[in-house]
Amino acid sequence: MDLLLNATAVGWARGQFALTAGYHWIFVPLTLGLGVIMAIMETIYVRTGDEKWKKTAKFWQILFGINFAIGVATGIILEFQFGTNWSNYSLFVGDIFGAPLAIEGILAFFLEATFISIMFFGWNRVSKKMHLASTWLVTLGATLSAFWILVANAWMQYPVGMEFNPDTMRNEMVDFWAVAGSSIAMNKFFHTVTSSWGLGAAFVVGVSSWYLIKKRHQDFALRSIKIATIFGLISFILIAVSGDGSAYEVTQKQPMKLAAMEGLYEGKEGAGLVAIGLLNPKKEAYNDDINPYLFKIEIPKLLSLMGYRNINAFVPGIKDVIDGGYTLPDGTTALSFREKRERGLLAHKALADYQQAKSEGRDTDAANFEKVIKDNYSYFGYGFLEKEKDVIPNVPLTFYMFHFMVLVGGYFILFFAVVWYFHQKKKMENSKVLQYIGLWSILLAYLASQFGWVVAEVGRQPWTIQDVLPVQAAVSGVPAGNVMTTFILFAVLFTVLLVAEVTIMLKQIRKGPDF
Amino acid sequence: MDSAVKEETFNWFSMFWEGFTGMSKLGRTLWIIVIIKLIIMFAILRPIFFPDFLKLQVNDESEKAGYVREQMIERSSFDSGK
Repeated sequence: MDLLLNATAVGWARGQFALTAGYHWIFVPLTLGLGVIMAIMETIYVRTGDEKWKKTAKFWQILFGINFAIGVATGIILEFQFGTNWSNYSLFVGDIFGAPLAIEGILAFFLEATFISIMFFGWNRVSKKMHLASTWLVTLGATLSAFWILVANAWMQYPVGMEFNPDTMRNEMVDFWAVAGSSIAMNKFFHTVTSSWGLGAAFVVGVSSWYLIKKRHQDFALRSIKIATIFGLISFILIAVSGDGSAYEVTQKQPMKLAAMEGLYEGKEGAGLVAIGLLNPKKEAYNDDINPYLFKIEIPKLLSLMGYRNINAFVPGIKDVIDGGYTLPDGTTALSFREKRERGLLAHKALADYQQAKSEGRDTDAANFEKVIKDNYSYFGYGFLEKEKDVIPNVPLTFYMFHFMVLVGGYFILFFAVVWYFHQKKKMENSKVLQYIGLWSILLAYLASQFGWVVAEVGRQPWTIQDVLPVQAAVSGVPAGNVMTTFILFAVLFTVLLVAEVTIMLKQIRKGPDF
Repeated sequence: MDSAVKEETFNWFSMFWEGFTGMSKLGRTLWIIVIIKLIIMFAILRPIFFPDFLKLQVNDESEKAGYVREQMIERSSFDSGK
């Protein structure tokens, strides 16, 4: 408890955001994934006229509704925190964040809210096709919501399409399409959505497996497994493809994150990808001579191939990103941390001088200082940092979360392939082992989904905006005690919501579909 | 069923009215959870625990930029001669 009370406001603010984002992310993937599955099932009903598919779709819609109701507005909590705990950040990025979040709220949420009412209340009131269209539009609305939020997050990882205005202290959007269409945003969107599809598929197979274990509603369970397995297999293959895209993007734009993901301290040409590894806890400093690994199995040259599409490409390690001197993809030479910090400090000094000049009416001087700020703005964030280690994220956490996520991804490709095979051979209903594996695989899917976000967000530390704003500059001057209080409040509120969700969901599953 | 549905003009109000009044116990439970959650978030958490921090530091909107600028300069490594 003493450790908790002594933590800084930055730590508590980060912890609170992580807690609330993590809870929010329990509900969202199931909405995205189960939404598609129930829509597919309803499509089959409309095309075949088979009432069994209607009842199947309706059952999964009920579980969708439970998850949607419990999860709705959990994301708004994150926006509360921007204004209170992250006020510097909030002003700094307001023009960039404002647009995607506004579009998300107005377009996507209202699309969902409008058609979800037809989805639940409209059975027997609208035509089959209208109802089906509504179901698909609910899913589309949820997916569009995810797109705009991910555009905002992608901008944090790779800030583009903006110009910094020292008068307003805001990053002002000058190119909307650069923000909305950035390669990081596109890849992040596909990877996040397909991973949610995979989670939805794992959920359906898992719940259906429970019915098979209990020898209840077996026809319904097998029908659901048939759809979810095909959908899941396709989803996890797409996850692998988009995951490869993510690796490429991270290598290009966030080399320190990639180095942390792989526990790569010393860069090399033809770098291999670590398949399995155990980090050495004795490795404390990035530049000591201690081997970072106790053990690893590496796939030769794969990291270079994934990161640069060249099996012999040089992949910088943590030490290289800090020391600089290596050649970047655009042919220029990477700056060292010290060189970046110099430029950041130049920008900060110029900002102070700009403020002084403006207050004294020295417009020419102010214009000159503004040019210095803009010329060095790419390294603005480094001016807040002091030591080289300040730019290194938590390597063990990033490494293990990344590798767990990838292993689970590979597992699910195999899992869905095996389940599909067993289903086709009509062995699924008699294979108790596979049914239990299916049931417990739900947990694996959720863990992998959460760990992916840990990689994305812990891996970008210390940055709230890559290279431009570190967490210590982004956070408000709110007393640590205040943030700790709200942390505890949220922990209680979200735990209650989660318990409610699980309780109501289990009750409905135990009740079973209406056949 | 489809032809019977087509004969009746779709009415949003009656759909909502009949939908809400005919809700199952599960539906009512979920709505109660949603309403309680929104009240807690917007009537308790937001006003009491999540004020707009910048609004509390300045007298009007135009001063927010100046405040953040001061914060950035203060937190910079250069300011403390590091």
